[in-house]
This record gives sequence, C-alpha cells and structure tokens, in this order.
Amino acid sequence: MATSVLENIPLNEEGFLTDPSVWNEEIAKALAEQEGIELTEKHWEVIRWCREAAARSGASPTLRQITTGTGLSTKELFNLFPKGPAKKVARIAGLGKPEGCI
Amino acid sequence: MSENRHMAFICSKGNLDMAYPALIMGWAALGNGVDVTLFFTFWGLDLINKHRVDHLEIAPVGITSMKTGMMGFPVNMGIPQLAGVLPGMTAVATSLMKKKMEELDVPPVREMLQMLHDAGAKIYGCKMTVDMMKLTKEDFLDVVDGVVTASEFIDITEGAQIIFI
Repeated sequence: MATSVLENIPLNEEGFLTDPSVWNEEIAKALAEQEGIELTEKHWEVIRWCREAAARSGASPTLRQITTGTGLSTKELFNLFPKGPAKKVARIAGLGKPEGCI
Repeated sequence: MSENRHMAFICSKGNLDMAYPALIMGWAALGNGVDVTLFFTFWGLDLINKHRVDHLEIAPVGITSMKTGMMGFPVNMGIPQLAGVLPGMTAVATSLMKKKMEELDVPPVREMLQMLHDAGAKIYGCKMTVDMMKLTKEDFLDVVDGVVTASEFIDITEGAQIIFI
C-alpha cells in the first residue's frame, strides 16, 4: 500500500503537504493514489512542469498556466486529473493551492 | 456517495464586463470538481452568438464605479456621466478593458467558453429569447449544448446552486 509512505508526513486539513520540501516521487504516488489516480508519464510531465513553474514564480500555477506551459489541452488536463484538477495537481505536486483565478 | 456539487449560472447580460463573472466563477468551480451549467438568456445570448461574441463592449454610461484610474490615468477620479456619451467612449473603454484582461492573462470570451466546454460545463441558450430574437442553431458557437425552455432548465438544475448574473 503506497499510502503508508504518508504515515509520518504532516498534511494540512485539506491534505496538502505542510512542508513542501519533504516532497518526493513516492509521496506524489501516494497522494495520487488517495485521489484515485495512477500516475503515468503524462501525469509526471504536468507535475514536473508545475514544480518548475512554482520554483520560478514562487506560486502554484493555475490551470490556464499549466495548459499554456505544457501544451496540454484543457480536455487532456481534466482527463488526467478528473474532478477538480486545480487542487489535485497542486496537492500531488507538493505545492500550495493555486493563487490565480484562471 | 453524496451527489456532486452543481453550480448553475444564469447569464442575462451581454456587456463585456458582465460576461466574465460567470465564466471565471464557472472555471474555478470546474477546477474544484464542481459540475457547472451555464444558461444564457436575453442579452446574455450575445456571449454564445458567434457573430457577436468577439464584439462585446463596455459602455461607460451608467457605470458610476468606473474611475479614471481604470482608463490609464494616474489620478483616480470619477468620470462625468456626460463624458460617457461622447463618440468613441465605448470603443475606448472596451479596448482598455480588453487590454487589462490580457495583462491578467484572462482569455477572450470565445476562448473561455471553449475552455469551460472542454472542462465539462454544459452550455444552453434560453428558448424563449432565442425565438424572440429570431436566432437559430447556426448563430451559436459549437460549444452550445442546446436551446432549452425555462422548465427544462429547472429540471436540469435540480439541487444546483443557482447564480443570476
């Protein structure tokens, strides 16, 4: 069970990492599993891009920034992270909630 | 499992400034996993009318909140209503608003509707006003799911949170 990776990892009430620096790929897999998502290479591309974008700007990217930045379509992004990609992507990537609206 | 949260927006305005509230809220809702329905009625039909959507405007007349700061002037003071009726004022305000939205990376209305559609929002026109304005299916953007009656809208949005704009 990948979820046991999260046993000693502090999460806030919404399930986001309280300390983003502890993030690693095993934690991402475990968080994704909680969301019912099995990470494929496409997911990793999004996650990696989001982490790079956040490192550059200091803020978790918005959905629009993700589609523009990765070249994925809105449909593809919503298929990869169904039912609420805004929070799911940020949570799995170990980032905070996106601060922009678009 | 509890039923998914559902938000329905009734969009009754066709001005550029009043086009965005439902689109931005709807996009945020979809991003948070909430189901979204958009119902366009009366002037709101301009937003899904392919001949009109790229020509939405904002007229300064009647908008008492509009200040010179938004028009790009360093001093933020009121604009006399009379100034709003001068020829070209609507065009100026419209182009300024479009510029401001672009600076914030907010896409044009046509593109936002496509994004909402691709993210799973349902988009409907209001049957009565469509008939009244003598519009047909060919007048609407491809993202429109259909034209429905008020009664059908009530059925579709059972249990939804309804927001009138």
